[in-house]
Amino acid sequence: MQFTKKDVLDIESLSVEEIHLILETAESMKEISTRAIKKVPTLRGKTVILFFYEPSTRTRTSFDIAAKRLSADTHSISVSTSSIVKGETLIDTAKNLQAMKPDVIVIRHSSSGAPHLLAGLLNCSIINAGDGMHEHPTQALLDVMTVKEHKGRIAGLRVAIIGDIAHSRVARSNMLAFTKLGAAVVVSGPPTMMPRGIERYGVSVTHRIDEAIDGADVIMMLRIQKERQESYLFPSEREYSIFYGLTGRRLENAKDGVLIMHPGPINRGVEIAPEVADGPYSLILDQVTNGVAIRMALLYLVMGGARNAGAD
Amino acid sequence: MRVLIKNGRVIDPGNLDDTLDLLIGEGRILAIGQDAGAQGSAGRVIDAAGRIVAPGLIDMHVHFRDPGEEYKETVETGGAAAVAGGFTAVCTMPNTKPVNDTAQVTRYILRKAEMARTVRVYPVAAVSIGSQGKALCEYGELKDAGAVALSDDGHPVVDSELLRRALEYAGAFGLFVISHCEDPALFARGVMNEGTIATRMGLSGIPNAAESIMVMRDIALCELTGTPVHIAHVSTRESVRAVRDAKKRGVRVTAETAPHYFTLTDAAVAHYDTNAKMNPPLRAEADRDALLEGLSDGTIDAIATDHAPQSTLDKAVEFDRAANGIVGLETALPLALRLVENGVLTLPGVIEKMAVNPGRIIGHPRRIAVGSPADLTVIDTERVFTVDAKRFRSKSRNTPFEGWTLRGKAVLTVVEGNVVFEDL
Repeated sequence: MQFTKKDVLDIESLSVEEIHLILETAESMKEISTRAIKKVPTLRGKTVILFFYEPSTRTRTSFDIAAKRLSADTHSISVSTSSIVKGETLIDTAKNLQAMKPDVIVIRHSSSGAPHLLAGLLNCSIINAGDGMHEHPTQALLDVMTVKEHKGRIAGLRVAIIGDIAHSRVARSNMLAFTKLGAAVVVSGPPTMMPRGIERYGVSVTHRIDEAIDGADVIMMLRIQKERQESYLFPSEREYSIFYGLTGRRLENAKDGVLIMHPGPINRGVEIAPEVADGPYSLILDQVTNGVAIRMALLYLVMGGARNAGAD
Repeated sequence: MRVLIKNGRVIDPGNLDDTLDLLIGEGRILAIGQDAGAQGSAGRVIDAAGRIVAPGLIDMHVHFRDPGEEYKETVETGGAAAVAGGFTAVCTMPNTKPVNDTAQVTRYILRKAEMARTVRVYPVAAVSIGSQGKALCEYGELKDAGAVALSDDGHPVVDSELLRRALEYAGAFGLFVISHCEDPALFARGVMNEGTIATRMGLSGIPNAAESIMVMRDIALCELTGTPVHIAHVSTRESVRAVRDAKKRGVRVTAETAPHYFTLTDAAVAHYDTNAKMNPPLRAEADRDALLEGLSDGTIDAIATDHAPQSTLDKAVEFDRAANGIVGLETALPLALRLVENGVLTLPGVIEKMAVNPGRIIGHPRRIAVGSPADLTVIDTERVFTVDAKRFRSKSRNTPFEGWTLRGKAVLTVVEGNVVFEDL
């Protein structure tokens, strides 16, 4: 099959077939990063703008490296260096960028739906690098890829996602991605961190972390944002780590071969104990490695690589 | 000039429903009946056969943005939109810049309305100075200047003691309070209805309780003080229930809802459509059902638009940064007429909610009787048209109903005996 979407906005709008195509493409891209000369000419002459309205180290660097390994030219814009500080609207800024003829704009924005707003207005491809609390599709894709590498499949696995589900775009994208591919997803966290209508995702909910861990093949911990304490979501980091943190002792009851994941950046000692983050089951750094492969695959697919260059 | 409106079905709910002629002149209804034309030489005869002739519609809740945000709307453009929608009178909310919290601002609005010569304007003045919720405005002066009611619309009155005293003090001047019910703490930073759709879209939700808590409090203060309270833009099932129970106890509370709340649900927000963003937000299907029931059983007295013009500057942005509100004057009547089609209201019932009850609540009753002011709306219930925001008289285009095909509209609007709009 060919990838025909102009934009990659969310997991919700991707079909199972499209997800498989992205994963297969990423698997073939991964090898490039292991070469002595980590560059192929596939996207030579293409321009990618990395348009980041929110601070990001991991995702922006990952997209930047992904584009450069395919020989595309990249240009980064962040809020502090752009006209946004002069009061320019998102639409005006984006139209100006489009006038410079990029092939892809990768956007991260604190407002849910911002990439969708641009996708409807611009001719170039839009890739969502995280929008508000809505979705972070490339994170879910790299998570799926990482699990598949270690388990050989997604269907039939039990995936536990633990933490602030309500405010997490990573949780939303992963709930959609893993359920689409046939995994059973259980989410856990205090009731203050569970959004209304969560059951409609086809996931089960438990407020007891031990129930979520029990029988899980994958445990995905989410970052706890300290500022949520001010909106009364939890009393203290101390209490959170006791009742919802992933500790070595809790892991003793987990299934053999359980995979531990975290989208980063991690709060050591809060949602995840250092010995777990650095422990033998942790895939946290594999996730980062696969992130580059997934982003190479998406850049390649949206720029019509299959039609222009052929996958080599 | 005298005008004879012939052969229309004249509906004045509970009073008249018959094919009759109306002779109007000198701003009043001069004669009603089969031979009304004989009683004076009409300069113009309008054939209203097959049309409905109703008491002039009143919209209890509009934002004309004048003074201060004339790029969104003015008294002139808002007035033109109102009469095109069949409204003969509107109550303008005080959240202008400056806020209508002094007699000077009230007089300014009335003077602009007089110059525009379209719709009658009944200004609503602020409850508190600057709608800041700290100190009472000078209600006596505001009433003398022409204010018909008090409201801090857009800003809930959080201080219950202030609202209690406002109600007590206003009662002496025959004023009442229109309450924008919202608990700001529960509202938090919500941008749409809390629920499945907000969760899926990653948008912060506003729970129903953010509204109903304040409805219940305001009912309690209405009971305490005896001054009437009118609940603006009811959107939740809990609010409907609270108002229904209060009315049963004899509390002097009235309520309005807007066409968008009984027509749409939060599903309209999907795809981040900022023209479906308003406060209170579009709610769930169960809330919409409760509003229909409340309209049908009389719990909800009035249909008001909450006409809230916003320019593209305020709407063509990220959803969570977009301004609240939609324009409603030019779509309200056809949307209300859908309720007749759906069996929720009768045609006289719609006229009650849009003319008779609002007039009674604000103290300017609308009746079709000899000697009454000639404020009339002639409606063609069969006229089919497609909503095209580019053709709105309003300065703003922010409607979620763009492209909808609707049936029924005002074809003639008469204010004080003058034809101010016609599309016969």
